[in-house]
Amino acid sequence: MTFEEVLAFDGPASTYFLREELGADATPGTAEYEAFFAKLRDRLAAMRASIDAGLETDAKSRTGMVGWNAKGLHEAADRLDAPLLKRVQAYAMAVNEENARMGRIVAAPTAGSAGTLPGALIGVADHLELDDEALLLPLVTAAGVGDVISRTMFIAGSSGGCGAEIGPSAAMAAAAVTELQGGNAHAAMHGAALALVNTIGLVCDPVGGYVEVPCVSRNAFYAVHAVAAAQLALAGLESFIPPDEVVGAMASVGRLLPPELRETGEGGIADTPTGRRVALRMAKR
Amino acid sequence: MGLLDVVGPVMIGPSSSHTAGACRLALLARHARLTPPTRVTFTLHGSFAKTAQGHGTDVALVAGMLGLQPDDPKLPDAFDLAKEAGLDVVFDQADLGDVHPNTVRIVSAGEPGEGGEGETVSVTGSSIGGGLVRVFDVNGFGIDFTGASHTLLVRHEDRPGVIARVARVIADDEGNIATLHSARKRKGGDAMMSIEMDRRLSQVALDYLASVSYVHWLRMLPEVLSGDGVPEPDEDGQVHA
Repeated sequence: MTFEEVLAFDGPASTYFLREELGADATPGTAEYEAFFAKLRDRLAAMRASIDAGLETDAKSRTGMVGWNAKGLHEAADRLDAPLLKRVQAYAMAVNEENARMGRIVAAPTAGSAGTLPGALIGVADHLELDDEALLLPLVTAAGVGDVISRTMFIAGSSGGCGAEIGPSAAMAAAAVTELQGGNAHAAMHGAALALVNTIGLVCDPVGGYVEVPCVSRNAFYAVHAVAAAQLALAGLESFIPPDEVVGAMASVGRLLPPELRETGEGGIADTPTGRRVALRMAKR
Repeated sequence: MGLLDVVGPVMIGPSSSHTAGACRLALLARHARLTPPTRVTFTLHGSFAKTAQGHGTDVALVAGMLGLQPDDPKLPDAFDLAKEAGLDVVFDQADLGDVHPNTVRIVSAGEPGEGGEGETVSVTGSSIGGGLVRVFDVNGFGIDFTGASHTLLVRHEDRPGVIARVARVIADDEGNIATLHSARKRKGGDAMMSIEMDRRLSQVALDYLASVSYVHWLRMLPEVLSGDGVPEPDEDGQVHA
């Protein structure tokens, strides 16, 4: 399965991906279809539960580096008069702070990037006051985008840096929001590509090796990034480089990254005086 | 990989490859033995070795060895639970060669019991991203399975007809084989098969297979991706082959 095949599909991307996944059973009423959507509803409910839990508490993570950001933003005054922006950021951080506390989250596609998709998709839906049922087909499209990307490279910071985690998550979220607001397969795949092309080369440099800094704030930024990509795609704008070629570029840049910048906690902001101090302090525990 | 594996798993944080994937590898290793282990050694390689603590890899591995799944709220307490269960845990680091950066070798041992159940079982596998895993070595045999299906492991004598015989039993049980890998240590020596299939073999078929000549050892490992149908150990900590 390639983006080229999805782009050519006349209809919503979710229809294409459901047919790929379920074959002849891709119609409401079949046992396979209902079982699939029951599980998808569970995923969505778990995403929402992690947002709610994360917005409610300011309990610190094990290292003490994060834990209060989502609640802090959620309760802060909206000084920029940008409620969508604030909501998307708070939701995304809520999920990743839950993750850092060893709470229950939905990997999408990974745990380190778990906040981006629910932050963007549920954030936009709540802003527009949409029902959760409306989010199921966009979630299918998000999963399909991640599936296509995973056929070219392993989705893991250890294999391609953060570009191989937050990149796919932002692409998935962009496609989902595009479909949520009526974008067809063509628009959703270009939304995904626009998001992805602007994540290439991001390093994975967790301070002390913990999935906290920069991961929590990074999910907030890339949830907004995904909404921005959907905005362009819904206006009919396209990625100049075709989506499959963007994935190829992302994979090759990921492979070029030295091991220090692929989740080992030995480069980037992990390798700063403060980052090294945190690592030392935690190692002594 | 299915769509529900991309948006998923539902899991305890903080890392799909370092926490959920690690838990699943250890869960497979747990089901590769019948009795609860009393001692387990986790040898960590690459990124697993470097960031084990930060990503909760250590906790997740212990949780899996106790039979917990990646979304179990008890996962963060795995070290305490291991102590209660009388399980000694050792962590070690080594270069396991040209393998995925997130690779672990899990060697578990139990008290010698009836029927040699105090066996030592070694399972080596990688967490390849998004919580997906791949096991490529069991007890020194180079096999290959992912835990995305139910997996039958069979150690047997390397003789003509044994693989056909096992396949026949699976067919008679209306089991459908998805993948089959076979490896032997030397011609005519010990060999092992890993057979991935769409559902568990029936207990009758498993019991029958265990009695087949030249079959020395078998284990029925659960599908660990969806989390459906992973058998809980009974009150004595036994799982059934």
